[in-house]
Amino acid sequence: MNDEPKKPDLATLAKKAEARELNFFYGAKQALNKITLPIYDKRVTALIGPSGCGKSTFLRCFNRMHDLYPGTRYEGEIRLQPDDVNLLSREVDPIEVRMRLAMVFQKPNPFPKSIFENVAYGLRIRGEKRRTVLMDRVEQALKDAALWNEVKDRLDELATTLSGGQQQRLCIARALACDPELLLFDEPTSALDPIATASIEELIHELREKVTILIVTHNMQQAARVSDFTAYMYLGDLVEFGWTDDVFFRPQKKQTEDYITGRFG
Amino acid sequence: MAASSPEVQIAGRLAYRPSRHLRERFIEAALLGAALVAVATTVGIVFILLRESIAFFREVSIVDFFTDSQWTPLFSDPHFGIWVLLSGTLTSSAIALAVAIPVGTVLAIYLSEFAKARTREIAKPILELLAGIPTIVFGYFALFFVTPLLKNFIPGLPGFNLLSAGLVMGVMIVPYISSISEDAMRAVPMALREGAYAMGATRLQVALHVVVPAAFSGIAAAYILGISRAVGETMIVAVAAGNQPNLTFNPMDQAATITAYIVQVAKGDLPHGSTGYLTIFAAGLTLFVLTLMFNLLGYWLRRRYREEY
Ligand SMILES: Nc1ncnc2c1ncn2[C@@H]1O[C@H](COP(=O)(O)OP(=O)(O)O)[C@@H](O)[C@H]1O
Ligand SMILES: [Mg+2]
Repeated sequence: MNDEPKKPDLATLAKKAEARELNFFYGAKQALNKITLPIYDKRVTALIGPSGCGKSTFLRCFNRMHDLYPGTRYEGEIRLQPDDVNLLSREVDPIEVRMRLAMVFQKPNPFPKSIFENVAYGLRIRGEKRRTVLMDRVEQALKDAALWNEVKDRLDELATTLSGGQQQRLCIARALACDPELLLFDEPTSALDPIATASIEELIHELREKVTILIVTHNMQQAARVSDFTAYMYLGDLVEFGWTDDVFFRPQKKQTEDYITGRFG
Repeated sequence: MAASSPEVQIAGRLAYRPSRHLRERFIEAALLGAALVAVATTVGIVFILLRESIAFFREVSIVDFFTDSQWTPLFSDPHFGIWVLLSGTLTSSAIALAVAIPVGTVLAIYLSEFAKARTREIAKPILELLAGIPTIVFGYFALFFVTPLLKNFIPGLPGFNLLSAGLVMGVMIVPYISSISEDAMRAVPMALREGAYAMGATRLQVALHVVVPAAFSGIAAAYILGISRAVGETMIVAVAAGNQPNLTFNPMDQAATITAYIVQVAKGDLPHGSTGYLTIFAAGLTLFVLTLMFNLLGYWLRRRYREEY
């Protein structure tokens, strides 16, 4: 959480992306209703709300993940900066979008490859073949993900031999290796024990200097700990958005307050 | 009354029910019996193969069996060189697998990763139908359709040849390989694919880099089954490859395979116990060992590459 006194005026902050009147449909079922939400550059934005309120659905719009499934439909815009293009537009290639954004999933999903090849994967499909470049980038990404010391002597082992927390940090390293502009986390610690969770949270805290982060969490203490901004969603609506301490301590809406106090005790 | 007091009622409800447990035991016994039938059959087959083969090798030296270059068990000067038959089996199987493995794998990747649900619904029953065609039909298809067709491109191709039999056998094996491989690929969790898509991978990259390696143990099992089918296939080669024992690895030749030889001899009336009759078992044992080796290889591959998602 930011120190209370020095909160810059929102109008002066640069945006990395912004959802504008975003509707989303699974077939006939509308899962997101007119969501308008800025994602500020080099800041951590947390999405909270009860299960099934559309957090994952919203997150997965950013990297056009829904395109993989038939019958899904977007309406409205997500404008990506600095290009100022609507990344949901039909003219935008979802693969190009995914090249610039990265995602870390709820359950660690390392590929059935070595630790090294997992982290190098994004670079390889971007055409990087030089062994020394790959080595350097993999090492840097593993260091950024606080995993290097644990795996530097076993880079050729299968990634599935790592523990759950290590696998999740490997997935973060895999995401970081391609220098993403926006990092999407979908409940990255929900499958992890408290110690692994703490190390991932610490990592997210450090990463925000380098990259913009949008994180879904159902754990409100986590949102409070890692984020600058918090958005509270309910049944596909955005109920409230603001600085994290404002949302938590001075919520504008009764609904937000009920949710937060209900969960906190 | 004591009988209506709550304790007695609860005790009555919790009382041991012999009938329920008896039924369970009965079902267990029936299942065990079914399993034993399969095991007993296998043991019986191996026992007879071994017993008769031992009788065979009392009369024919095992060194000759593996080094002689002729297979003429019914001649007055008999020769028992198994390589003559083995070469036919290996050549026709190699041709079949050269067709079935690539086609089956590509088909599985297409059906699992690219095809729309509707396409899959249409294609799968057709493939199952292909797998259900009796092999004798494939045999005559090879003899009367594929061989004449091949003769247009390969002048001098004999009417019976390993090439035509092998190609058709390959087509026959495609559905086995594609359906097991496809099942293995579809069992790969969507989360793994999404991980690769999220990195910016294309559909083909996801299929080749993530799905195929993740499904490898299942795909290997499919290949092994395909190999076993090819090595053990009988009717297609018996009909279309000619039944001339011939030490050759040339697909353009005619030759007999182990299985085709067994059919030929078994349906003739050789005196029980004669050396000629015993060749069936020695040849059969060779086939059994060959298939067993591939199955062990498959078992090892599955263990080695078993994927925990
Ligand atoms: N593939 C899908 N098809 C249809 N409805 C879906 C699908 N995925 C999610 N939903 C629905 O969309 C709503 C939002 O789900 P989701 O975004 O997963 O919620 P959250 O991540 O906040 O728990 C829920 O009502 C859920 O049932
Ligand atoms: Mg979710």
